[in-house]
Amino acid sequence: MTTTLLDITELAKRFPAGKPAGPIARLRKRFAGGPEKLPQVYAVDDVSFTIAQGETVGLVGESGCGKSTLVRVLTRLLDPTDGGIKLGARELSHTPARRFARDQDRKRIQMVFQDAGESVNPRFTAFEAIADPLRRLRGLSGTNLRHKVEEAASRCGLPLELLTRFPHQLSGGQRARVGIARAVAVEPDLLVLDEPTAALDVSVQVVILQLLQRLKRELGMSYLFVSHDLSVVRLLCDRVLVMYLGKIVESGPARAVFDHPLHPYTQALVAAVPSINEHGHTRLRLTGEPRSPIDPDPNVCRFYGRCPNGVDRCKTEMPALRSFPGGREAACHFAELTAQ
Amino acid sequence: MAEVALNHDAAVAAGPPKLRRRSALRALLAQPKVVFAGGFIVLLILLALFAPVIAPHDPLDQDLLSGTLPPAGFAGAQPGYWLGTDDLGRDVLSRLIYGTRVALTVAFVAAFAAALLGTVLGLFAGFYGGAVDAIVSRLVEIWMAFPPVLLSILIVAIMGSGVRSVIVAIAIIDWTRFARVVRAETMAQAKADYVVAARVLGFGRLAILFREILPNVAPVLLALVTLEMGIAVIVEAILSFVGLSVSSDTPTWGGMIAQGRQIIYQAWWVFAAPLAALFATVLAFNQLGDGLRRALDPVMQR
Repeated sequence: MTTTLLDITELAKRFPAGKPAGPIARLRKRFAGGPEKLPQVYAVDDVSFTIAQGETVGLVGESGCGKSTLVRVLTRLLDPTDGGIKLGARELSHTPARRFARDQDRKRIQMVFQDAGESVNPRFTAFEAIADPLRRLRGLSGTNLRHKVEEAASRCGLPLELLTRFPHQLSGGQRARVGIARAVAVEPDLLVLDEPTAALDVSVQVVILQLLQRLKRELGMSYLFVSHDLSVVRLLCDRVLVMYLGKIVESGPARAVFDHPLHPYTQALVAAVPSINEHGHTRLRLTGEPRSPIDPDPNVCRFYGRCPNGVDRCKTEMPALRSFPGGREAACHFAELTAQ
Repeated sequence: MAEVALNHDAAVAAGPPKLRRRSALRALLAQPKVVFAGGFIVLLILLALFAPVIAPHDPLDQDLLSGTLPPAGFAGAQPGYWLGTDDLGRDVLSRLIYGTRVALTVAFVAAFAAALLGTVLGLFAGFYGGAVDAIVSRLVEIWMAFPPVLLSILIVAIMGSGVRSVIVAIAIIDWTRFARVVRAETMAQAKADYVVAARVLGFGRLAILFREILPNVAPVLLALVTLEMGIAVIVEAILSFVGLSVSSDTPTWGGMIAQGRQIIYQAWWVFAAPLAALFATVLAFNQLGDGLRRALDPVMQR
């Protein structure tokens, strides 16, 4: 087996729902008696997974399923409510997010954002944008810095003449390259890609995806690839995690998961991808709204209510994430039946 | 396809820090009002700097025999007194030219002082939120409940008259304008992805606030400072008018207006000339501020 780079164990992130009560309301509540318990949003709930060195793991799920929160917790921008984040031998969850900015391991986890037009400061030139992390995280300056910036830029296919430009003077594809060059310049171990191509034209998307593939080979990074473009995930990722309402409902090798999904939610996701050779079979469609993420009942399956095969058992017992042959996992009472 | 696009862009490329500044400058110069307003303010600055050389007479030189002479072109005008004289026989044009000194000193220093105070408080309130924001916001609300002119009169009365008191009064009153705008702008910028990105790149909160957010707030700030200069000119004139600014032997527009008001039936020009100067100056600052805002706003530029 390959070595594990990132080990996430029983990670949870809960937010207080709604506005926290003001000081007067809090005081009144205290005098009225009774414990002060605010409703909570379970954005990420008991999530465990690993990413091996050099592996590309896809993270898919609909908007609001907790992908972004999970990403922000494991890039150490948010502190987890519970659970562990282990990078190599180092446990990161004990270092508060505020202090992690100055941590020596900050450079090991980097991120590429969805829209480089917004994630690169409009007042910085491409050179400054790429130089920033090198100065900050690697302490480079002078010729060393210039050399490294140019190396990162050319590695990412950004012509050096463009380094003196500001983001709004670059095309979407060039901006994306700046965003990628900035993240890989410090040579991270783990690169989190948050829908890196969602803001790009289809023709440019392909080029950027090829670039990402090449960079991974050259630099030996691991990727966590967040996307809701299933075909891209299938193409690029070794393994995939399917998330629904804060929980991982299915995981496994990308090809196997998409070809033979075990969880009804994954089945619906796969069915929602338009395909050219559809044989007229009716698509699996989801109806209804997702359950509320606010103080969810721990004994009801999160998918209950939208699931086409929900039964009484689904609202009295939360299905656990269980292992299946081929390195797969699924959290559905009927996954064994589906697997056969 | 992408390669072609890249090469094409590379061919067009020029040194962008320059290019960017030039494009902002071009957007500025494309607005006639900015050219006129800016030109007028440059003229005022030159007048203030070289007042002794430019002014035809000593602004304090009294000549009771040639009192209330009308401006050139009117019956009874005397050569050399382009805008006539006041009841003490002092040359109105020379007094006007010397008056730009106080007006501009107050405009620049007071606007920058107010901007500094308001910007720092606004940045912290907008970025840290919570208790910091609550304190600054309440302070702004309380501040704005005071009638500004009365408050400035009170401050000058306590500190004693003089340019310094006027500047302090304006800064203490008008920082709220900056605090409010900068706070709102900072809140908007703080949500931008580039702030999150900066955190991933290892920057702490203070570094993000001053390195990443402040430059993006700067265009709005610059426009606001320019507008504030116009306001400062008016406030100084008001305080001069009520006799709370500098001592009466220094010519100021407000002081001239106050003096001219008393003899308006005998010598209207003593009243009209400083009023026109005041009007034109404030208009110029406002137009320039508006033009700056349009030219420097990155969104509008795109």
